[in-house]
Amino acid sequence: MKTADYLQLILYGLLLISLAPFLGTYMARVFQGKKIFLSPILGWMEELLYKLSGINKDEEMDWKDYTKAVICFNLLGFVFLFVLQLVQKYLPLNPANLANVTWDCAFNTAASFMTNTNWQSYAGETTMSYLTQMLGLTVQNFLSAATGISVFLALTRGLISKSQSSLGNFWVDMVRGLVYILIPLSILLAVALNAQGVVQTLSPYNNVTTLQGGTQTIPLGPAASQIAIKQLGTNGGGFFNANSAHPFENPTPFANFLEMFALLLIPASLVYTFGVMIGNRKHGWLLFSVMFVIFAIGLGLSLWSEYSIPITGIHEGQETRLGTTNSVLWAMATTCASNGSVNAMHSSLTPLAGGVALFNIMLGEIVFGGVGSGMYGMLHMVLLTVFLAGLMVGRTPEYLGKKIERKEVQMVILSILLPGAAILIGAAIACVYPVALSSLSSKGPHGLSEILYAFTSASQNNGSAFAGLNANTVFYNVMLGICMIIGRFGVIIPAMIIAGSLAVKRIAPASAGTFTTDDFLFASLLVGVIIIVGVLTFFPAFSLGPLIEHLLMLQGRVF
Amino acid sequence: MSKKAETANNNQIVLAAVKDAFLKLHPKEEMRNPVMFVTFVGSLVTTAFFFWHLAKGTFSLFELLIGIWLWFTVLFANFAEALAEGRGKAQAESLKKSRKEVFARFLDHGRETKIPASQLKKADVVICETGDTIPADGEVVEGVASVDESAITGESAPVIRESGGDRSAVTGGTRVISDKIIIKITSDPGGNFIDRMISLIEGAKRQRTPNEIALSIVLSGMTIIFLLAVVTLKFFADYSGQAAGQDLSSIVTVPVLVALLVCLIPTTIGGLLSAIGIAGMDRLIRRHVIAKSGRAVEAAGDIDVLLLDKTGTITIGNRMASEFIPVPGIDEKAFAEVAQLSSLSDETPEGRSIVVLAKDKFDLRAKALQPHEAKFIPFSANTQMSGVDLLDGAGNVMRMIRKGAVEAISKLTGKFPEKLETEIKRISASGGTPLAVSDGSKVIGVIHLKDIVKGGIKERFKELRVMGIKTVMITGDNPLTAAAIAAEAGVDDFIAQATPESKMDRIKEEQAGGHLVAMTGDGTNDAPALAQSDVGVTMNTGTQAAREAGNMVDLESNPTKLIEIVEIGKQLLMTRGALTTFSIANDVAKYFAILPAMFGMLYAGQGAQGPLSVLNIMQLHSPQSAILSAVIFNAIIIVILIPLALRGVAYHSQSAKALLRRNLQIYGLGGLVAPFIGIKLIDLLLVFLGVVR
Repeated sequence: MKTADYLQLILYGLLLISLAPFLGTYMARVFQGKKIFLSPILGWMEELLYKLSGINKDEEMDWKDYTKAVICFNLLGFVFLFVLQLVQKYLPLNPANLANVTWDCAFNTAASFMTNTNWQSYAGETTMSYLTQMLGLTVQNFLSAATGISVFLALTRGLISKSQSSLGNFWVDMVRGLVYILIPLSILLAVALNAQGVVQTLSPYNNVTTLQGGTQTIPLGPAASQIAIKQLGTNGGGFFNANSAHPFENPTPFANFLEMFALLLIPASLVYTFGVMIGNRKHGWLLFSVMFVIFAIGLGLSLWSEYSIPITGIHEGQETRLGTTNSVLWAMATTCASNGSVNAMHSSLTPLAGGVALFNIMLGEIVFGGVGSGMYGMLHMVLLTVFLAGLMVGRTPEYLGKKIERKEVQMVILSILLPGAAILIGAAIACVYPVALSSLSSKGPHGLSEILYAFTSASQNNGSAFAGLNANTVFYNVMLGICMIIGRFGVIIPAMIIAGSLAVKRIAPASAGTFTTDDFLFASLLVGVIIIVGVLTFFPAFSLGPLIEHLLMLQGRVF
Repeated sequence: MSKKAETANNNQIVLAAVKDAFLKLHPKEEMRNPVMFVTFVGSLVTTAFFFWHLAKGTFSLFELLIGIWLWFTVLFANFAEALAEGRGKAQAESLKKSRKEVFARFLDHGRETKIPASQLKKADVVICETGDTIPADGEVVEGVASVDESAITGESAPVIRESGGDRSAVTGGTRVISDKIIIKITSDPGGNFIDRMISLIEGAKRQRTPNEIALSIVLSGMTIIFLLAVVTLKFFADYSGQAAGQDLSSIVTVPVLVALLVCLIPTTIGGLLSAIGIAGMDRLIRRHVIAKSGRAVEAAGDIDVLLLDKTGTITIGNRMASEFIPVPGIDEKAFAEVAQLSSLSDETPEGRSIVVLAKDKFDLRAKALQPHEAKFIPFSANTQMSGVDLLDGAGNVMRMIRKGAVEAISKLTGKFPEKLETEIKRISASGGTPLAVSDGSKVIGVIHLKDIVKGGIKERFKELRVMGIKTVMITGDNPLTAAAIAAEAGVDDFIAQATPESKMDRIKEEQAGGHLVAMTGDGTNDAPALAQSDVGVTMNTGTQAAREAGNMVDLESNPTKLIEIVEIGKQLLMTRGALTTFSIANDVAKYFAILPAMFGMLYAGQGAQGPLSVLNIMQLHSPQSAILSAVIFNAIIIVILIPLALRGVAYHSQSAKALLRRNLQIYGLGGLVAPFIGIKLIDLLLVFLGVVR
């Protein structure tokens, strides 16, 4: 690694640490309904949206109402997107005359964009019309991100509520998240990216004659606007098939840095928002550091594996335009953050770096994680840690003064179990089903990694692909689509039930006998529990994929 | 019980538990515990495989051993539970022995007949005289008697039971020592208080407590995760075998997968969970406290506010003389002598304490006065004073000594000297009671009567504070007195001039603030507060109403025990947490034993070991010995930890932080390291014995 590499890594970390409190505080104010500097400018839009959709912003919802709203809203989005793809041929803004999408691919894509997974079994430029991209995919990018934030808010309110059942208003949370956070930030980023050369046009694809005299179609489209939210909303679904490895999506080192940074910005800031909302910034910082440490360990391990193993050809297939460090940093950020956009194919990373990327996702997308979803997932792990370790101080475990009892524990376990089961069962079937095996591009342990990665990415709503696996088959489209839905709502619904159960509990004041959640010991315990839960669940499968491949590579056998 | 008899008794309990361990193999019993049920099914499957292979003509010692040790795992867990139950039953038996068949003197409209106690019904009236055993729980409706309750309390001093008031409840099985009482029976046969209590201990009605249920949900969830991990591993192994062009079917067999599964699921805590719960109740019984439910024991661990009665808990029941303060001009010793004289026949604890103080301080011996020398004036509520008249030979009053309340004496003597008034104010301000003494028409000084705070109680409260528990003293004293005693005893807060209502209000207020409150009580008027509190400990001397309202009964009627109860509750939860941590931490070593055993040869080159053999950091002898060692360790650790489960982890009054650090070091780190050593040792032993290839 060169000095510039180190400098860039340090800059990245520092920027994240210093911007998170600002954006975090800002978001907390937005969701607490306080006045912010954008209120005078955008307030009319918020009010207009309430008026147009008949939302009573003073209505308070309990967990059932809130959950119903989340599910109905998402279901509608799913149906709309599904149908839109099936009929895009008959609709305008389709200059490349793309055909209707097949039912399985449409199902997969609708599930994928509704669940904030943004797994793409299709190639954007040859499958989706401009209209589908703009009206379907981009819209869902915004909505799925805002949904994640809303559920996180509901859970947070459950934690701080004093024996009251209200968790806020889903519609208000959605509107505020969109109007004051996601849309303004996306506009800023889109303009910046556009200035760097990311395309933004409605004109048809270019047909050009190459130097050799052949013809080539150069796909274009309204990319910048979609890429901004794709990064900010931890969506990750690229406009083009190559995602951010494509020069039109990611043209310059600066654009690369911006996109990479945008990817962690909101999830990291939401941790701080949590600290502000519970009135304990220290605890917010603690969760932030836990995430940061796990992120840094994975990054360090991957960089070590990329740079220190003296085997030629190890960097084959990586994006030389941006360099190994940038590829690895992006890979780690995108897998930690449930984003899933890529600027290099993870399949081309060293087995260990690819393994770390896989393991990041297996942890449940809680190391910063998806917007909102990272925090509610992390809170589940916090509850589990509090429950297991809290008993050791001789009291019924409590978190922020709320007792963690049967209902909470049940839901936490469920939310860990469901995505885990989807990964393992899905991958196991794919391992022995000949049709599924025929999608593999490489055999040996690397093939197992490809399968494992696909199911992990879908079930934990990451959306990145290991590449190498042809996933646009009926088998994978349907299986992975189901996995995404289980992985998303199998965590959201338990989170909402926990929120409802916690909300009505009284808050016990802290004393010397209370299990403290804002010291170093708790932070280490939390890191320990997160890693142990991940390791215990996936180590057997992991050892037969990335681990054995890494060990074989050390022996000089590459797959 | 003699030591020998105790050992014999213990052996009996252990033998019975061994038998019960087998009886509990019934699927219905096993199904109650998901973790052990999976182990049970695994044992069945492995055994079936062994016999299936045997039928095909291959005898596999490895499969046989795996099967046997899996069964042992199940049996050990059953044994732990049976042992805990057995010990609880033994406790119950010894309580029951006090309840041999007795006859009651049944009063039927004034006519007395003798009927067996078991035929008594609620609202029957019986008579008990000196030497009679009280036939059933009841309430004294007439008379006063001293009753020997040692059968249930172990306390030898007899207690007074009388009609009306807070001391009217009597318990079946106790014995009247003097006088006669008429008792109205308050329970139906079998519904007797102690009977019900005993049936609870025996575990027949044992219900799992909230935290135990929550924990078993976590354990079941983990079991499902491991079940998935192991089942899917078979598929991944098939894929890998095919990809490597190797046949793994000789090592990735169903018995081996079952072995891996059983090693990974939390059998240690799963097997010991119910034993821990039963043992927690048992520890209370050993301290003569009966909890009506395990839920109450658990809640005790969460208590962060203790409401403690001043008298008996914080101070030793009575006020004691602590200081002699004479008026100016009188020697302290001379004053002490007069004070002692005035108290010679005063049999109240206060009076005796004056005599004792004079003796201790000035070595004044109480002289024996003859009746013709002195006439004692007993205390009367009317005059508010007591004293002695010294007589001359003719029987005329020579000298009149009085002691009593300051107001009463001042009526006798007129205004006190300025200096004495200041001292009186000081005494009142410090929570004490001034007792004035007059000689003739002159006041000669005051005696400082003081509430004596129990030795060591201040340190106890300090410990409680470290544990995060707030203590609130309840007293009928005025606020000034209460504040002084509170300061001396080191309680955090107090309720002065307490009434049942003010107690109740305080409990509600604390609960509204999120606190969990424990209190002790005995009187009928305590019943609502006992019911409202999260842990209400009723003294066994208390009224029936109070006993029904609380959720624990202290047979020894010792209010200080509340503190021990809280500790037992905490210990119970800590034991669960510690063993869960230990159990989970164990899994790391098991992966390192079994995974290289299964996949060590995968992708192996010619004559070399496969890459995953690097995971064999314990250098275990062979795949078979590695798997077998892990399974054996997994079974044996349950037995090793049974004493810990029954005894509970060591508890010290420490802050949560210190407790956590300590338990993590012992059970977290220990749980990580212990199996590496254990499995390696078992592996060495197996190789030494030549059991494995």
